[in-house]
Amino acid sequence: MNGSTANGTPLVEMRDMSVSFGGVHAVKDVTIDLRPGEILGLVGGNGAGKSTLIKTLAGAQRADSGEIFVDGKEVSITTPRDAKAYGIETIYQTLALADNQDAPSNMFLGRELRTRWGTLDDSAMEDATRKIMGRLNPRFQKFKEPVASLSGGQRQSVAIARAVHFNARILIMDEPTAALGPAETEQVRELMRQLKSEGIGIIMISHDIHDVFDLADRISVMLQGKLVGTVNKDDVTMDEVLAMIIIGKMPEEVTTKELEQLHG
Amino acid sequence: MSVVEAPPTQPDTLEPGSRRSLGSYLRDNEIDTRMVGMIAVLLAIWVVFHFISGGTFITPRNLWNLSVQTSSIAIMATGMVLVIVSRNIDLSVGSMVGTVGMVMAVLQVEWLPPLMGLGNQWIWLITLAIGVVLGALIGAFQGSIIAYVGVPSFIVTLGGLLVWRGFAWLTASGRTIAPMDAAFQLLGGGSNGSLGETGSWIVGGVACVGIIAFLVMGRRRRRKFGFRLRPTWLDVVLGVVGCAVVLGAVWVMNSYYLPENLAIQYAEENDIPIPEGGLQIPLGIPYPVLILGGVALAMTFVTNRLRFGRYVFSIGGNPEAASLAGIKTKRTIVKTFMVMGILVAISAAVSIARLNAAVSGLGTLNELYVIAAAVIGGTSLAGGIGTIPGAILGALVMQSLQSGMVLIGVGAPVQDVALGVVLVTAVAIDSIYRRRAAR
Repeated sequence: MNGSTANGTPLVEMRDMSVSFGGVHAVKDVTIDLRPGEILGLVGGNGAGKSTLIKTLAGAQRADSGEIFVDGKEVSITTPRDAKAYGIETIYQTLALADNQDAPSNMFLGRELRTRWGTLDDSAMEDATRKIMGRLNPRFQKFKEPVASLSGGQRQSVAIARAVHFNARILIMDEPTAALGPAETEQVRELMRQLKSEGIGIIMISHDIHDVFDLADRISVMLQGKLVGTVNKDDVTMDEVLAMIIIGKMPEEVTTKELEQLHG
Repeated sequence: MSVVEAPPTQPDTLEPGSRRSLGSYLRDNEIDTRMVGMIAVLLAIWVVFHFISGGTFITPRNLWNLSVQTSSIAIMATGMVLVIVSRNIDLSVGSMVGTVGMVMAVLQVEWLPPLMGLGNQWIWLITLAIGVVLGALIGAFQGSIIAYVGVPSFIVTLGGLLVWRGFAWLTASGRTIAPMDAAFQLLGGGSNGSLGETGSWIVGGVACVGIIAFLVMGRRRRRKFGFRLRPTWLDVVLGVVGCAVVLGAVWVMNSYYLPENLAIQYAEENDIPIPEGGLQIPLGIPYPVLILGGVALAMTFVTNRLRFGRYVFSIGGNPEAASLAGIKTKRTIVKTFMVMGILVAISAAVSIARLNAAVSGLGTLNELYVIAAAVIGGTSLAGGIGTIPGAILGALVMQSLQSGMVLIGVGAPVQDVALGVVLVTAVAIDSIYRRRAAR
């Protein structure tokens, strides 16, 4: 199945990205790429630099150095608006919702629909929200209530709807299923497969190695700000990925003894 | 009005047969139950004071004065809502009233007349315009320190409270500046500063047409998208109640007549024969109340219909989410303080016009009344929650209590105690109510 993802220009390529906070390298010389219709799992322990890395792609964090290419062309992303202009949408672990506002306001936050007089067109926004929710989560009905009063899954679907509605080509999902129950998790997984089949590239950050193995095509592993390596999911075992995460050794370097110690 | 029932499109229509409380029914139809509660409390206060005072509270004279007294605080409270909603506070508004009011007074009394000629008809407008610009600049200055330098608004405006009070004194070395320009005085709603009978009815009529047009357009818009409509009867009730309140208020304002000696003077100046039984010249809507109405409309529009208003609420709800959504949060914060400054200038104009003088202590403690009005009106100090009409009602509740206590002869210290208790009680009730609603 890798044949379909191994050719063509990458949708996104991040080259030699570095970010440091007061002398500490949160991300150091990391290079990853993402192809159309691919799910890239980005894994690593706490503080490995995953979130910081994707924040530079989302425009929420400036990189100290490195280059970002979208469709093979170098781009400059310094604000969330820049990222969105390139079709890069992000679903944060915190969901980044304004809890005091309803679903349509959140969906269009920063990109409100307006009437020809320049005023907010709430009805049109509610209409669009109803339409997209009808596709993503048909049981969703709370269009007028502050999202604070919604369940975790409902909130997640608002955040996903926001990303999907604006024709994302590149979707970043930070721990997409961490706060969800089993049924909702399955719903999100199904959605990810569907988006993938539509040719959208997804970068998925996850702690859950099973989730990653279930969904991802390739897996990039980070440790202490550096990229350990990127592997095809089908070429590795879960233990080998765990070894990359914990001791930072690629499958070809790691010894059987070390693999056994992972479980000790 | 055509009577068309809601098309049965959306599945979230009320399940028929299930028992629901009136409150949740109203909420489903987008009626603010909290506001309904506040209006009930206000009416209760009025009735109680009416009886204790022996029937002097609910009279045209008292209500007319009450409306004028409420205006200057209520005008500022609408701006304080935005400031507090965005998780900030402005403690400097009272002192800003002092500085801006003093500058406007000096302008129209000492600086502009020599340049333009005493009694020039443009003096009032130029004075007001300069005051508004000054208010906006002070707001922008404080807002920039808060947003771009990152000093907490509490500190910046606490400094402002001292600084602008000092400037109020320095502007005229502590002198009292009086009297105001003749045209400017009208802004304060003195004996001439009202719309008169006919003008008031016209304003009332326009407001009624506006209310009905708003309801009809709302229905049309919802129908266009196939959303569930409010039950027709509820919209009709809203329209009738809205119009009744507006026209009732006009009627009350028109039932307050010019005091007799002023009426006689007015009649002599205009060659009107004085009829038997005395001359009754209705005052109508006082200009400060008209200004408040304009401010309320404009601020409601800004809050609900413009992106700026939505961004202020988003920042209050989740500042991080707002900035991740690409909203320019710092610029938005500066704008809220500029709006606050503009409203301070308008309020200061009303105050000095009403006093017909400016003193360096002008506006002292106003910041506390303004914040209290916003908070009693349902603005949450945690940010993200608040409404413009709520803040105006809050100001009206406070002023009603104060006026009522004056009417029944309660001394100033007891008034302060009562207002303080009411403030805390109102917020306590609100917190309990919100916690219940959240469950």
